Amino acid sequence: MSDPRTGPDPEAQALARQMRRPASPEPGRAAAPSALEHVEGWGMAVGAPSRVLRPRNLDELRAAVVQSQRDGATIGPRGSGCSYGDASVNQGGRVVDTSRFGRILGFDAATGVAELEPGVTIKDLWQHILPKGYWPKVVSGTMFPTAAGAASMNIHGKNNFAVGTFGDAIREFDLLLASGEVVTANREQNSELFHAAIGGFGMLGLFTRIVLETKKVHSGEMEVSAISTRNLGEMMAHFEQQKSTADYLVGWIDCFGKDEQLGRGLIHVGRYLKPGEDPTPERTLTVEHQELPSRILGVFPKSEVWRLLAPFCNDFGMSLINRSKVWSGMLEARRKPYRQSHAGFAFLLDYVPNWKWAYGKGGLIQYQSFVPKETAHAVYTELLKHCHWRGITPYLGVFKRHRPDPFLLTHAMDGWSFAMDFRVTPENREALWKHCSELTDIVLSGGGRFYFAKDLVLRADQARAMFPSDNLERFLALKQEYDPAGLFATNLWRRLFASA
Amino acid sequence: MTETASPTGPRTLAIPPRPPDLQGIPVGERRAIVVGASSGMGAALVRQLAREGYQVAALARRAGELETLKAELEPVARAAGGAVTVRAVDASDAGAAPAMFEELVLGLGGLDLFIYAAGVMPKLERTEYPTDKDLSVLDVNCAGLVAWGNLAAHLFTTQRRGTLVGISSIAGDRGRKGFPVYCASKAFMNTYLEALRNRLSEVDVHVCTIKPGFVDTAMTQGMKGLFWLISAEEAARQILSAARKRVNTRYVPGRWFFVGTTIKLIPSFVFRKLNF
Repeated sequence: MSDPRTGPDPEAQALARQMRRPASPEPGRAAAPSALEHVEGWGMAVGAPSRVLRPRNLDELRAAVVQSQRDGATIGPRGSGCSYGDASVNQGGRVVDTSRFGRILGFDAATGVAELEPGVTIKDLWQHILPKGYWPKVVSGTMFPTAAGAASMNIHGKNNFAVGTFGDAIREFDLLLASGEVVTANREQNSELFHAAIGGFGMLGLFTRIVLETKKVHSGEMEVSAISTRNLGEMMAHFEQQKSTADYLVGWIDCFGKDEQLGRGLIHVGRYLKPGEDPTPERTLTVEHQELPSRILGVFPKSEVWRLLAPFCNDFGMSLINRSKVWSGMLEARRKPYRQSHAGFAFLLDYVPNWKWAYGKGGLIQYQSFVPKETAHAVYTELLKHCHWRGITPYLGVFKRHRPDPFLLTHAMDGWSFAMDFRVTPENREALWKHCSELTDIVLSGGGRFYFAKDLVLRADQARAMFPSDNLERFLALKQEYDPAGLFATNLWRRLFASA
Repeated sequence: MTETASPTGPRTLAIPPRPPDLQGIPVGERRAIVVGASSGMGAALVRQLAREGYQVAALARRAGELETLKAELEPVARAAGGAVTVRAVDASDAGAAPAMFEELVLGLGGLDLFIYAAGVMPKLERTEYPTDKDLSVLDVNCAGLVAWGNLAAHLFTTQRRGTLVGISSIAGDRGRKGFPVYCASKAFMNTYLEALRNRLSEVDVHVCTIKPGFVDTAMTQGMKGLFWLISAEEAARQILSAARKRVNTRYVPGRWFFVGTTIKLIPSFVFRKLNF
């Protein structure tokens, strides 16, 4: 740069540059930072380019809504983008990513009630409250979803059978409607909106504040034990047996097992420690004690582990991996109950960062069905047999127990869920969708339902068949009432409901 | 901004459509933007992409030339299953780039190939130091590349797929007496593109730097002592071939590699005696 005493006047320089360059039509018109990006589902099997707006506060969020309305563009709400399918993809419209609008507004250490901005993640939350002796009532298998995303999809955890869904832990929320108005809803005030927006996959408005109950814990660790099961029936029997005493129950299923070993797997039972069981709670109730190791065996960086998995991401490799897990599970089941940190037990999906990349460029879908307890055994046996008959076997199967909840479009019921991960490739895509459609018919015939955070394969007629028709009509009426112009839209909305 | 998907549109099929492959590259992955497309190599690239069935957006300052190009290519593109869109824009107008980029990418439904072919080289006397003219070279060759290249790089990063091609020049290899700022702008391009290549390699996105020698275009009209002159069409063929082979830096035609390498090795005290 030139010497300020002798160099040209900086203002004149700026002016000169301005004159050479025509001014842009509307410089810096967007209040929130924005960029054109490829926005995809977590499973990478669907995506589209969209302008992504990242408001950092209510003013910027409101500006984003007003701006998009003025431009005639739809808004797809998005948090951390953890939904596997197209729940936060909005082809042809804009995406409002509220993950930067994420301060913890308050936490009452006496009652365990937290007040959160929408972008606070489960990770932010547990790290904030654990040292004060609390843990979120409901967490997903990954700690990255935001509070708004968790509320919109009404996520559940391995303790769904005991405490319900994320929505059950919400006391109250504020919602920014398409009209620009912010309304407060709880179980008394605007109760219908409360029960519709939770699990309403963002179609009624954008969460701006969430008041959430958390659970008192007396240790940073839990007692965990494993049960090896030879088939599906055995797994279900163990679940029912453990249900009244366990705090968490999750089953892993080797989907390659056949005949009398159909549905063989491993159950993990988690139990909170009672006061006094942990001699040093002040040590275990720290964030450091919860941290997952960043290296394996102290040397191998975890961020690269997915590369080791990639060569096994085929039918042969995955049948080997599943089988070896069955065997190691048999050994684990002989162990005495052991202690594990909350984060270590809860966030299984975060052990290997970006493990989804092992699935290759086509990505993956998770096909999770929820089936009433009366028909579950028959339906899931049929699903696994159908997978074997088609030759399209899931590489990962996860089994959970659920209970009903009062939300309009809830997926949960007094029954079970079985989540199956399928690899997607350009070659198998069509066949896989057809396969899933056949599985869906089996699930629906057993009175089952699906979960929007996972889905990418349902058709509109199938989605309409799965809810009590009254619930869906009430939801669609609320959509019409609060968002008559259809401002909030996603691929999921268009795929399943827009034409209803 | 235009909305392509209506919230009330009839869409019941859950299977996302995926057309069959054509000549190795899936139809859905043939979407390109060419900046600087009204003449020379840019126009030739658009011609070839249109023939290959790409959906190609051709951008340049001169609307008339673009319309002529569109009229010429529309039947060709349609026959091959592609389409040609044209937009008149000043490549150096960084402020206009984001909105135009968004409009085009949404219209195309994504982007697989981005080519920056805009470039200017004003005629210059050996004793002339015209700052205005020089800065306008930087505006097109450097600022324009940064404005558009950043947008494309950001999109490609998030989709972990795509190819970015920048048309630089052999002129960027050394600072020559004839065109100080032009040479410097091309050196800037080379370094910027190399940095993008290194960044984007992490997400499997390829960046290809093209260093053409003498190509028969408006830029070389009236120049004396040209050799190894190739047509813009031939250059375009070689450019696309290099980009598809994921070559990092390609001289066009290839034999300029030897010239470029030799020129880079000449010591400065010798180079300044040479007269080109």
